Amino acid sequence: MHELSVVANLFEILEEKVKEQNGKRIILVKLQIGALAGIVPELLATAFDIYKKDTIAAEAELKIKTIPLKVQCKDCQKVIIKDDFIFICDHCDSTNLETLEGTEMILEKMDIEI
Amino acid sequence: MTKKEILVLEDLLGSNKKIAAEIREKLSQKGILTINLMSSPGAGKTTLLESIAERLNPDYKMAVIEGDIETERDAERIRAKGIPAWQIITGGACHLEAKMIGKLFPEIPPDLDFLFIENVGNLVCPASYDLGENIRCVLLSTPEGDDKPKKYPKAFTTSHWLIITKTDLVPLLPFDIQQAIKEAQEVNPSLETFTVSALKGTGIEELVGQLISALKKLRKDNA
Repeated sequence: MHELSVVANLFEILEEKVKEQNGKRIILVKLQIGALAGIVPELLATAFDIYKKDTIAAEAELKIKTIPLKVQCKDCQKVIIKDDFIFICDHCDSTNLETLEGTEMILEKMDIEI
Repeated sequence: MTKKEILVLEDLLGSNKKIAAEIREKLSQKGILTINLMSSPGAGKTTLLESIAERLNPDYKMAVIEGDIETERDAERIRAKGIPAWQIITGGACHLEAKMIGKLFPEIPPDLDFLFIENVGNLVCPASYDLGENIRCVLLSTPEGDDKPKKYPKAFTTSHWLIITKTDLVPLLPFDIQQAIKEAQEVNPSLETFTVSALKGTGIEELVGQLISALKKLRKDNA
């Protein structure tokens, strides 16, 4: 349940960006959350709704894009989407895999009113 | 109303990662090896640290940062072994963050060999926060069951070492050590594994040996 801490960090970035742009309020916040980010998107959305009250994002909509875990086998070079988190190549059984995507926790974009 | 779209692409934990990198840099330069211990509550982190302290003393200097939601109890147990310990009481927060470690920085003696950070007992949230450690260890105690690595993958995929604790209880439990190691290495093939019973002292010598090797390597790399 560290989603509220993550949302607090998110708001630090949001407030800084709005200030830079002389914005009035935030309309939309779009996040990218990896499947192996250790974050539950539903809990993050709940935390966002609790946190946003009386802020510049009070009426903002939150969109969360889930990024699947994508790895590349360093032996057979195939790129695989992993539904489980088992780091074994589906094609050649190698354990020499490199994670390409799926651990991120990113503020992708925001729409503001200026 | 004028709407403006702003592309940001910033890491939500970017500020934590930045502080953690600074901590790692500073401690490594001082030749201090920092170890972050993560596990569920009651897996035996404090008991393991007591046992490690007995082996390292008096040849090596160690200190411990204890993270707990409430009470000073764990720090008191470590201090009773003659080891400096600081207690971070998170007051409800389920994990430690790099800035909490950063605040203690001025108090950390520069002549230390090892700094252990005992994270809040929780197999989920601490995994997302880099504290500036050189080695991240996840502990799995035998009563918890050998199926935990796949249930809590992030704690295992982000760790360097797995320490299976309370091995003295194996005869009483349906816990298969080889199965636990297999499951953990399936989510993280490069995980180094140790099996210990801190109460009986089994496996501690080997673990401490690896800690000393890691310390020597850190100092060689930073020389």
